[in-house]
Amino acid sequence: MRKLFTPLLLLTAIGFVFAPLLIYRAPYESSMGLVQKIFYFHVPSWIAMFSAATVCGVASAVFLFKGSKRADRLAVSAAEITLIFGLIGLITGPLWARKAWGVWWEWDAKLTSALVMWLIFAAYLLLRKYGGAGSEKLSAVVGFFGMANWPFVYWSVNIWRTVHPKTTVVPTLPPPMLAPLLFSAAAFVGLFVLMLATRVRLEERRAELDELYLALED
Amino acid sequence: MASESVVASGDRAIRSTPAARSSFLATAWLITRKDLVIEFRSREVVYTTLFFAVSCVLVFAFSFVREGVAAEDAAAGILWIAIAFSGTLALGRAFERERQNDTLRALMLTPVDRPAVYIGKLAGVLALLAVVEAIVTPLVALMFTAPVLAHPFMLAALLATGTIGFATVGTLFAAMLVRARSRDVLLPILLYPITIPVIIAGVRGTAALFQADVDLPMARMWLSMLVVFDVIFLTLALWTFEPAMSE
Repeated sequence: MRKLFTPLLLLTAIGFVFAPLLIYRAPYESSMGLVQKIFYFHVPSWIAMFSAATVCGVASAVFLFKGSKRADRLAVSAAEITLIFGLIGLITGPLWARKAWGVWWEWDAKLTSALVMWLIFAAYLLLRKYGGAGSEKLSAVVGFFGMANWPFVYWSVNIWRTVHPKTTVVPTLPPPMLAPLLFSAAAFVGLFVLMLATRVRLEERRAELDELYLALED
Repeated sequence: MASESVVASGDRAIRSTPAARSSFLATAWLITRKDLVIEFRSREVVYTTLFFAVSCVLVFAFSFVREGVAAEDAAAGILWIAIAFSGTLALGRAFERERQNDTLRALMLTPVDRPAVYIGKLAGVLALLAVVEAIVTPLVALMFTAPVLAHPFMLAALLATGTIGFATVGTLFAAMLVRARSRDVLLPILLYPITIPVIIAGVRGTAALFQADVDLPMARMWLSMLVVFDVIFLTLALWTFEPAMSE
């Protein structure tokens, strides 16, 4: 990963410089106009959130069943990033909803389940912080349950009638709107990978330091 | 009894035989019976939980009944909030008992299937919550003029599946939190976000039964939703209980 870090950093930086230009050039949506453009920011942040949640869930399962400490470090790093990207999604959503629906928040299945999923990862981190020794195992179970939530969040718009746009919006987008979306999504995923790599590195340094302290005491 | 290693090595072979299946259920029943006997002698959890549930309903009665008329759909919500809150209390107490003399460790050391221990504890919690619900539901019906007897089987099915969904996750987390610090605060923090789908489905299904013109298809839809959640939660809980409880 360390060899790939700098090229990926450059690519993501270029992505974040060019994304606003592409979004600026993208055609206006006929009924919503300018507010629709938050879509290029909102959807990629949720894509990054779901990626982070998946990494956290899978790493939690590996830690739970195999006992690998590395997987646990990956899981806790991914959980923090899940929270950040989820927060971006939860802020950009209402900003758009205020203009599109006239209200900041609507208690429909999609919004509620997304908020619940975010809360599960918040609970994960609270447990990590205040659970004391041995809470890694328990939080791994929480991460696993959190990941199990995401198909439910994703498909909720298709199961129930909700005000939130359906998942079919993305594949049916006209190409001039799809291109900036995919571009922004790639930039966000790149940012997610970079943040994850940095955060895991920090966690590994911490573990090394702990080991050195223990060795010193012996 | 055989040592754990022997059981573990022949685990796969034994598990499929009818004898092993009955021993799984026998173990689960032994644990449930133990919990029920302790509870029957002290009646500590059932009395405190029940009292808590009733006071919960009273607090809501003061806030949602205006001039003798309850707010629309309040009854279903209040019933489920009372169940969720008192359920959390019961879960905490049920495992606090196992913590005091470190008996949970003893349970974990016995050479039996871990999932059987889990099922045993779960059944004990469910029995307790059933008692609480049997008293709280008529109380809610009385105070909020909710028609609980209009579709008793549907209501019972909603309550049963909802409680199972709530208790499967609750038993798993309460068992694991026995070893954690600040477990009293952490149990609701973990439990509510994960079980919110179950509580939503329970509230919506019950509200469909309690409203003036009963919406049975809607209640049935939420009931099937609850069954799906029960299956998912029980599978995940049985799957993760063993690795999560090993030290």
